[in-house]
Amino acid sequence: MAEAVSAGLLAVVLIAAVVRPWGWPEAVIAGPAAVIVVATGAIDPHQALGQARRIGPVIGFLAAVLILAQLTDDEGLFRALGRWLAMGAGPPRRLLTRVFAVAAAVTAVLSLDATVVLLTPVVFAAAARLGARAKPHIYALSHLANSGSLLLPVSNLTNLIAFAATGLSFPRFAALMALPWLAAVATEYVVFRRIFRSDLYAPTRSQPAADPIGVPWLVVTILAATLAGFVVTSLAGINPAWAAAAGAAALAARGLASGQTKPRAIWRAADGAFLIFVLALAVVVAGVTDNGLAAALQRVMPSGTSLWALLATAALAAGVANVINNLPAVLVLLPLAAASGPGAVLAMLIGTNIGPNLTYTGSLATLLWRRVLREHGEEADIGEFTRLGLITVPLALAAAVVALWAGLRVIGG
Amino acid sequence: MIVITWIVEGTWPACVDAARAMAPADAEIVLLHVSGGEAPAAARGAYAGLMGRRRPDRDPGPRVAELGAASARELLEAAAGRLGRLCATAERQGRAEREVVAAAQGADLLILARDGDDTRLGPRSLGPASRFVVDHAPCPVLLVWPREVPAGPVPPPPGHGHRPPPPPRHGPPAPPGRH
Repeated sequence: MAEAVSAGLLAVVLIAAVVRPWGWPEAVIAGPAAVIVVATGAIDPHQALGQARRIGPVIGFLAAVLILAQLTDDEGLFRALGRWLAMGAGPPRRLLTRVFAVAAAVTAVLSLDATVVLLTPVVFAAAARLGARAKPHIYALSHLANSGSLLLPVSNLTNLIAFAATGLSFPRFAALMALPWLAAVATEYVVFRRIFRSDLYAPTRSQPAADPIGVPWLVVTILAATLAGFVVTSLAGINPAWAAAAGAAALAARGLASGQTKPRAIWRAADGAFLIFVLALAVVVAGVTDNGLAAALQRVMPSGTSLWALLATAALAAGVANVINNLPAVLVLLPLAAASGPGAVLAMLIGTNIGPNLTYTGSLATLLWRRVLREHGEEADIGEFTRLGLITVPLALAAAVVALWAGLRVIGG
Repeated sequence: MIVITWIVEGTWPACVDAARAMAPADAEIVLLHVSGGEAPAAARGAYAGLMGRRRPDRDPGPRVAELGAASARELLEAAAGRLGRLCATAERQGRAEREVVAAAQGADLLILARDGDDTRLGPRSLGPASRFVVDHAPCPVLLVWPREVPAGPVPPPPGHGHRPPPPPRHGPPAPPGRH
């Protein structure tokens, strides 16, 4: 009974998060669902509290990163990146190389949300300015928002959730994920150059006069200091979320003083409704896993950190992420992967982060989402994007897992 | 006489120049641009994947669509300016190659540029889109090189330099084909 109730509620929460009935924030459905899970005894209140205690700090960390990204945009970082992308004439191949570099870096430091929301229009405008075809570059962003999000705990919410469970320090996480990150990005690059070669040969327009880039040095400095702060706090045994908070506070102080931003905009960037949604989702997922799903997955979840076990873990994680989206996938798989140690957790993250490139929206929700689009009289041709994902995902997944395995051998879990 | 000139980012100046040089003075020249819609859709899709953190005002899809429409307008204006004579412009939405074939219905000439590797002669100089249009165009086609015509030898005829494979012992002889 408890099993059916929790599974039904999880389905309702996930579907509502895609459809967003009446434009409601996701938390409006997820919050009451979490309350029902606890009230019906599907999980006991202590467990729900424990889950909240684990997820709470993660959410605070995420809020700081979201604010940080929004403030760097307000200060002109993304405008400067756009001007650099459009600088100088040259074949579209060069634009693609720059787009890869910028997208991998922005995703790693400011999270995939920044790449999807803030970088996409900038890259499109740069391509238009150069007279280049936009499709390869926009597809690249869409892919790198996922496969470029392996490097740091802050690059993806999935990483943040799993980070604490690995027991790794911030720099150790980054050291172990550096090679997989590079391997995934390089694999994507090679495939993109090949698949889109006819779009990338066309000459671009010669530039009139290049605008000065106008690097916002203060923002770059604060970001660099925040990154250093992640390392220092982590080594000192302090939660690195404080470094993110300090960086966000410094930028906020500057933005408020110069009138670039308002307290309300900062509050909106933190996205309180989303934070409640994640908390509620974690409780609902715990209701499902505690009532049979964990035991069922235990049977298929490989154990150990041999290359084959890591590959199987990543593939399983990619599969689950494609069914239910990677955020709930991590909540479901994390306790199981954690039992095999940090190597297995990192392999799971490779799967949940790269896997979503198989489909437009990163999960079966693509089907639902298409229906929503069609109701608005829009149509998306998902064939080409899906074919691209079918090529890049297995290759990038394999390359990243082999790189992780090698890193674990050299650096140690 | 109706001359359709397919305007594509990057390769369009060569098509416009060809239209200016080849179209008779009384021809009606139509500059055609097709917006695929893939970029806004991919932007929208990536945003839809951010589970739990979508708000309508942050969706990059509409902004990208807006930028795309503006850049298509600019492109057609620039093309009309380069052509330097009276012409019509047309903007279509959909799969580029299919829209071009549809637009060429009833036209007397379709001008398009090669969209593949334009640094050497050969089949790779046609990308999938221009290949489709060349194969399916319902009217005469003028296919131009986007930049200067690449130098280089035409490959030797099939069979040159090596012996043809022996004919099969049984069954009909193999049809002549390209190697």
